[in-house]
Amino acid sequence: MRILAIVMLLAGVFAAPAVAQYVDQPLSDPQLEHRAQVLHKEIRCLVCQNQAIADSNAQLARQLRVIVRERLEAGDSDSDVKTYLVDRYGDWVLMRPPLKASTLILWIAPFVILAFVLGGAAMFVLRRRRQQQASVTPLDAQEEARLAAILDEQN
Amino acid sequence: MRLRYMLPAIAFLVVAVGLGVGLTLKPREIPSALIGKPVPEFSLPAVEGRTGGLATADLKIGTPVLVNVFASWCGPCRVEHPLFMELARTTDVTIYGLNQRDAPADAARWLETFGDPYDKTGADLDGRVSIDWGVYGVPETFVVDGAGCIQYKHISVLTRDVLEEEIMPRLQGKKHVPCEK
Amino acid sequence: MIAELGHFAIVLALAVSIVQGTLPLVGAQRGIDALSAIARPAAIMQFLLLVLAFVALTLAFTGSDFSVLNVWQNSHTQKPMLYKISGVWGNHEGSLLLWVLILAAFGFGVATMGNNLPPSLRTRVIAIQGLIGVGFLLLLVFLSNPFERVFPVPAQGNGLNPLLQDPGLAFHPPFLYLGYVGFSIAFSFAVAALIEGKVDAAWARWVRPWTLAAWTALTIGIAMGSWWAYYELGWGGWWFWDPVENASFMPWLLGTALLHSAIVVEKRDALKTWTVLLAILTFSFSLLGTFIVRSGVLNSVHAFATDPARGVYILAFLVVAIGGSLALYAWRAPTLKTGGVFAPISREGSLVLNNLLLIAATATVFIGTMYPLFLDAITGEKVTVGPPFFNATFVPLMVPLVVVMAIGPMMPWKRADLAGTLARMKVAAMITVAVALLTLYLSGFEPILAVLGMALGTWLVAGAAIDIGERTRVFRISLRDTLNRGRNLPRSAWGGAIAHAGLGVAILGITGSLSWEIERLQIMRPGDRIGIAGYEVEFGGVAPVTGPNYDAVRGTFRVFRDDELVEVMTPETRRFTQPSMVTTEAAIRPRNFGDLYAVVGESNGDGGFATRIYHKPMINWLWVGSIMMALGGLVSLTDRRLRVGAPRRRIAEAKPALRPQQQAT
Repeated sequence: MRILAIVMLLAGVFAAPAVAQYVDQPLSDPQLEHRAQVLHKEIRCLVCQNQAIADSNAQLARQLRVIVRERLEAGDSDSDVKTYLVDRYGDWVLMRPPLKASTLILWIAPFVILAFVLGGAAMFVLRRRRQQQASVTPLDAQEEARLAAILDEQN
Repeated sequence: MRLRYMLPAIAFLVVAVGLGVGLTLKPREIPSALIGKPVPEFSLPAVEGRTGGLATADLKIGTPVLVNVFASWCGPCRVEHPLFMELARTTDVTIYGLNQRDAPADAARWLETFGDPYDKTGADLDGRVSIDWGVYGVPETFVVDGAGCIQYKHISVLTRDVLEEEIMPRLQGKKHVPCEK
Repeated sequence: MIAELGHFAIVLALAVSIVQGTLPLVGAQRGIDALSAIARPAAIMQFLLLVLAFVALTLAFTGSDFSVLNVWQNSHTQKPMLYKISGVWGNHEGSLLLWVLILAAFGFGVATMGNNLPPSLRTRVIAIQGLIGVGFLLLLVFLSNPFERVFPVPAQGNGLNPLLQDPGLAFHPPFLYLGYVGFSIAFSFAVAALIEGKVDAAWARWVRPWTLAAWTALTIGIAMGSWWAYYELGWGGWWFWDPVENASFMPWLLGTALLHSAIVVEKRDALKTWTVLLAILTFSFSLLGTFIVRSGVLNSVHAFATDPARGVYILAFLVVAIGGSLALYAWRAPTLKTGGVFAPISREGSLVLNNLLLIAATATVFIGTMYPLFLDAITGEKVTVGPPFFNATFVPLMVPLVVVMAIGPMMPWKRADLAGTLARMKVAAMITVAVALLTLYLSGFEPILAVLGMALGTWLVAGAAIDIGERTRVFRISLRDTLNRGRNLPRSAWGGAIAHAGLGVAILGITGSLSWEIERLQIMRPGDRIGIAGYEVEFGGVAPVTGPNYDAVRGTFRVFRDDELVEVMTPETRRFTQPSMVTTEAAIRPRNFGDLYAVVGESNGDGGFATRIYHKPMINWLWVGSIMMALGGLVSLTDRRLRVGAPRRRIAEAKPALRPQQQAT
């Protein structure tokens, strides 16, 4: 059984397959290959569901990597390649959610949070200052007299 | 009770409601980007041992059709297969099979062993056509209307409920989505 | 029989926790000592019962008792013993049992070591731990029973995911859980304090060590997970902003904030309501993490198999636990007396800034993680939020935090002279600028973030060194006196400096590996050579190899430097049968100034193989830095003042000591 498994594994690795094996063959043009690798990081592997195709060894990921290379060789621009995939799989295939109405909230949120946080800090500082001032309540007439008496004694 | 102190509790409540709704959703299912779009241009030979390959024209025959993406190496495909056999036997629904990335001999043997419910099959040896259809897992099943416009996609094993509630009505022309050009 | 014993133990533990969570609370509220006295024995008993249950499950796994459903689903006779053991917690039910065990252990800790806590506080804390236990035990007993039987008994198990058969990964969950669950103590203390209506220095003195221990464990757990991902998940990535990763990161961020604000409560009797809120929130995010991982509500490579019933239950538990405690906070927090006053520019001020930035960072990660869910819920639209979003938003928040991190410890309490403090940091600033310029010179303007990263990391390390240097008056007094001072410095001063420096080292590692990584992707035939980072790497072909439960194809790379053979690297592609899965095992040559990383891929059918060879500069520094952070935590834990004896003495001193304290730290 084990021998069979090894033989099958080697056969899969060595044999010229009737079914295409998607192999990471880098493009001969280094600039194109660099663009391919950047794109690979921006496209989601749909069966791994939170990895980019650059990071996954799944069959689909490998296939998509090869397709990205092919499209670049055919002369597509980076956004053409992305559009090609989005046409087939939807916005979901891009790692960076596109900026449109529904994701605007997402991209703005961190700034809103920061504003809240800084606002909170400012409020905090102001409150402290007010507290400090409030805690200094003026003395009434009797206390003033006592204070004067004590100070006289000290002198 | 000052509002400031209530904010965390209120914020949590909003989040909890969101999570509650979230439990009813299905995050692993990505809806097809091709609903309401025409089928891609393609032409494939039949699976080994069969006549009649599959091409775009076969999907514009005037009546809605089912396209089932399957493979011999796909376990869940075995689970849904009997349903397709039953469909082929008891109805006159046109069913096409898109065989994804299968060695020809394997696919042929699978159909011989478990039965062939498909009116036509297309052997997508390298998986390119599947990508054009936006397929990312196997099995998947599409409903295409008579004019070649994709109406619906089901992901994973086809169950009787989905067949009755989603597929059959669309095969009868209900819930029709018009096609963009 | 053993499984039944285990089952009985968890049911009994549930009963005990119900008692532990209710009667003592009544007792503490009404002053009925008999009821309050139940707390300690109940906590001890619950712990012992859960130890029994855990041992029972472990025996079932190590004995390959496939009549237990959980063992059948997650184990296999061919698995090495270490992984049979780690299989106990490598699944939903078993990991939940570990969760509850650690929860009970912490309750046990308070019950046995809390002798100098005010009795009513201790009773309440134990009771609340008990209540949390009730929530989890209900889930365990009714919806996630690890001891369920299966008939007929299968002959062989279904194995464990081969990705999890790994020494690093085997111990990563226990550390994570020690962290998550450890924060429950801070939570219990916070809720108890709200009920009592009192937060004082003694409370903070008690909360700090537990929070520190939890934080240290969580740091180790997260670092181990990242390290595992680095060498296992294909190509050297170590953080993916995956929802489950984020679920562990958010409590860590909040826990860091909590640790620091507790210092202010203890030293300055200020920020009390804020710290109480943080304690509640930190554990709430632990609970939220539990929900995310086990309910299937978010997509992740890590998530356990999902069950909607569990998701509903956990959400209900969340509403009760978090909603309840936040409601209690809303009601009782205003009654907590506010404490010491301080100027914005002061050590307290810098700690407040630390807190605010960490909260903002947590909120950002939270929004990014939850956004797909919320959008889907509201509009039905599906998007995913990946690293580009998180990197663009999280990193800018961290920059000011890191800058202040080095300055803060140098500031005095109550009021600081910013110019004076900065003047004392001159040397650190100079070193930082020097490093920045050096980076610019060696690496150029691309990527510019490299300069920023190197500067920030250096700033932290230098700042920590200056901190210690100032406290020991190095170069200003004799070496012997400096060493003496160093020896007498409170451990938490050392711990803090080590931890801060550790973060600096980690930042340097992250910057180096991200900015200057070299990736070489090519088809190689046996005999082909490529050059990378001063090495020559020659491919030697592949050969078949058999492992204990897999078959593999092993590639061979001979690595030369200056024509001398320095290493033979042997990456593998492994095929497992049970379950059927293929993994890639990279070969790594770890060096301080850069790891060499090799992967062998598929054949192109023509005698060539797709190979990937990487050089990752300074990636080691990330792991070293993480260890330093954990070490800093441990060193702080050994601080004499944090040891349990401290609170009583403090309480005695507290009354006359209403004057501002002179700070040696």
